Amino acid sequence: MRVTFKIWRQDNPKAKGEFRSYDVDGLTKDMSFLEALDQLNENLVLQDEKVIAYEYDCREGICGQCGVFINGRAHGPHDNITTCQLHMRSFTDGDIITVEPWRAKSFPIIKDLVVDRSAFDRIIESGAYISSKTGTAPEANSIPIPKDIADKAMDAAACIGCGACVATCKNSSAVLFTSAKINHLNNLPQGKAEAVRRLEQMTYQMDLEGFGNCSNTGACEIECPEGISIRNIAEMNSSWLRMKLTK
Amino acid sequence: MQNSCFYRILELVKTILNSKVPDGPIEHKWRNYQLKSQLINPANKKKLSVIVVGSGLSGAGTASTLAELGYDIKCFCYQDSARRAHSVAAQGGINAAKNYQHDGDSVYRMFYDTLKGGDFRSREANTYRLAELSAPLIDHFVQQGVPFAREYGGTLVNRSFGGVQVQRTFYARGQTGQQLLLASYSQLYKMIRAKKVELFPRSEMLDLVVIDGKAKGIIVRNLVTGKLERYAADAVVLATGGYSRVFRLSTLAIGCNGSAIWKAHKKGAFFAAPSFTQIHPTALPQSSEAQSKLTLMSESLRNDGRIWVPLKKDDTRKPLDIPEDERDYYLERRYPSFGNLAPRDIASRAAKERIDAGHGVGRLKNAVYLDFKDAIEKFGLDTIKDRYGNLFKMYKKITGIDAYSTPMLISPTAHFSMGGLWVDYELMTTVPGLYAVGECNFSDHGANRLGANSLLQASVDGYFILPNTINNYLADEIKSEQPNIDHPEFEKAEQLAREHISKILAINGSKTVDHFHRELGKIMWQECAMSRTRNGLQNAITEIKKLRDAFWSDVKVTGSENEMNTELEKAYRLADFIELGILMCTDALQRDESCGAHFREEFQTNDGEALRKDEAYSYVSAWEYQNGDFKLHKEELEFEFVKPTVRSYK
Repeated sequence: MRVTFKIWRQDNPKAKGEFRSYDVDGLTKDMSFLEALDQLNENLVLQDEKVIAYEYDCREGICGQCGVFINGRAHGPHDNITTCQLHMRSFTDGDIITVEPWRAKSFPIIKDLVVDRSAFDRIIESGAYISSKTGTAPEANSIPIPKDIADKAMDAAACIGCGACVATCKNSSAVLFTSAKINHLNNLPQGKAEAVRRLEQMTYQMDLEGFGNCSNTGACEIECPEGISIRNIAEMNSSWLRMKLTK
Repeated sequence: MQNSCFYRILELVKTILNSKVPDGPIEHKWRNYQLKSQLINPANKKKLSVIVVGSGLSGAGTASTLAELGYDIKCFCYQDSARRAHSVAAQGGINAAKNYQHDGDSVYRMFYDTLKGGDFRSREANTYRLAELSAPLIDHFVQQGVPFAREYGGTLVNRSFGGVQVQRTFYARGQTGQQLLLASYSQLYKMIRAKKVELFPRSEMLDLVVIDGKAKGIIVRNLVTGKLERYAADAVVLATGGYSRVFRLSTLAIGCNGSAIWKAHKKGAFFAAPSFTQIHPTALPQSSEAQSKLTLMSESLRNDGRIWVPLKKDDTRKPLDIPEDERDYYLERRYPSFGNLAPRDIASRAAKERIDAGHGVGRLKNAVYLDFKDAIEKFGLDTIKDRYGNLFKMYKKITGIDAYSTPMLISPTAHFSMGGLWVDYELMTTVPGLYAVGECNFSDHGANRLGANSLLQASVDGYFILPNTINNYLADEIKSEQPNIDHPEFEKAEQLAREHISKILAINGSKTVDHFHRELGKIMWQECAMSRTRNGLQNAITEIKKLRDAFWSDVKVTGSENEMNTELEKAYRLADFIELGILMCTDALQRDESCGAHFREEFQTNDGEALRKDEAYSYVSAWEYQNGDFKLHKEELEFEFVKPTVRSYK
């Protein structure tokens, strides 16, 4: 199988980027999308050209490091997958495949398809933890957590931090990411003590990082590899309102 | 004469490899250790700095806990965020001797299972401590907000894993590693906010700096700018994970590498049991040469899935067309008491045996079936979906096949490295002040690791053990001079790292890094994986040396050292993998026995099981690097509390 990749090349954050086209032949339907890019990079090396920078690590959809815009969609043509889970069988021979980095003000481009998502880490840093030191925990079964609550926390906790929600959002909003983390911890009895502070600080940090507001289009939920529900956003907003009214 | 010589050597070995196992009955050893170990007052802890390389479960656990204790911490990872570390990918669960299921579990039983699972090739005291600290670890993670699976009444659920007859595995769907890692990542960022940890993402350790025989710092490459940087500290902790990417195709993340421990090895840290690498029985089969990774399907699937191949050789019928009496459930047949839950080494070897005998299935005949038909009939589709839903979803995403209606295709794949840097009871390597935690050390798993013990070991090392042993070393370091990056040893190490990179870039040959990695992978998979022979290993060593020469004369890397250059990163990691491959084969060659994952075809019983030789090989091999050669040291294993028996799962 043969395709043409039209890929965003940008040497560094300050350089002016541009699309460049590359034909790659000898691909198979079984190959993953990233393996096709690997093949392209091997070709480039042999042609004495610099390789394209793109990110990946686990290649099984859980580390969240991969993620590019493919033909105008975050993580490619399917709903709820990561870029590394996309396979060439989703394309046809002769396709032109456009590949771009995440486009969001809060995710500046480092090189080619690699962006800086450290804004997510700073949101986590602002309060996504339970302030207990190692060695201070009570017996695990001493605080029962009903299955539905544990399941709900797990649904929200499944976020892999890839940034597709931000990249696909027309406002570059990070509310799906932020609300999922808040709800994961705030739903659990262990997280209750710091629930209000967590909500306040994480949403504050989210705004500080320059992410946009949510206009409820639901695009993020469709691209999220873990299918994190936008109900998390509603829940966070209602908690936020309650906090503002009672504080 | 020979005898006295032998004892002199034995004495010498003992002085080099002091395991520092404390006195007393096995259940009191850890307490006795803590009672005698030196303490440091809080005011002094602030003055002591520790470098942690790696931010996975063991690294983040170490960094956050040491920071909570008051030390000044610098933590490094090659990924863009600490949340990417490969602990994230562990699926099935984490073991703990809580005995919540009231099925006869205890610390002692868990210790025994682990020791036996490792075919009696690990240190008793370490393995006991692993089991002993497992229960408080679950308490810890629950408190940190890990949403473990729960009963309707709110208590914690358990399931079984291979090699065990009790239910002691805790899990968070098929994403246990992710949830534990996110908890430790959160705790790490809590300490970053408290300004007690400084994190350096996109930073890769290129060398260890040793001053006057003690680990005092590292040389790091900033992966965005390519700049080499120096960092000094009173101690260095390596938490850099496993090295099974030496096989190229493995369940590991693409970036996983052995470079940090290899550089440490070259600076004096002994490398223990390098050939003990685990081949996991349930990964997705390889489908093409271009494949970069083989995804793992959690071992937990073997709780309900039944493994089989067609009875008839080269059977080309579709699985659903093969009637029940023409299927060979070979694990149930060979190991009736453990069945599909036989330990990994045994399950992998049994699969290989069937595939080699011509019963393999799939397009390349390199797989076996994992079938859920009976489980779905027995428990209903909803229960199976609840237990493994995300794994089935993942399977479908990758293969395009719905495994609820047709069996999964699975195949053995390189997975975990039991081997790693040799550490004593304090998790210190043979270089004073250099520690190794998690998968990158050799300590608890012997010749084979039991499922759900990996997350456990990484966490216990990082959260509970190291923070209670490093003080014993640092208490004396407070008196010594503050480490300084202007020391000539830093200068020298940085210079050598720079030259190493320039040398790679200057070759400008005709083959890509991936080409050489594929070649290395083929040799290692063929000769140093599930079954090994003397001849094969000897040839492999010759072949890898040829490959090393070819790499250094014909590799081509484009771009420069002063920029983000992913091709260059792959190249210097592979250069180390090639050298490590030689050591792995050397280690497998010296061990004239079969034990756990190390199966030498010359040493097997009549029915094809591993033939262990305790009189001669009841030791941990620990290799010293000597100018490109390796010298073997032995830590004799003393079994004070358990008598090694023939390991049987029949």
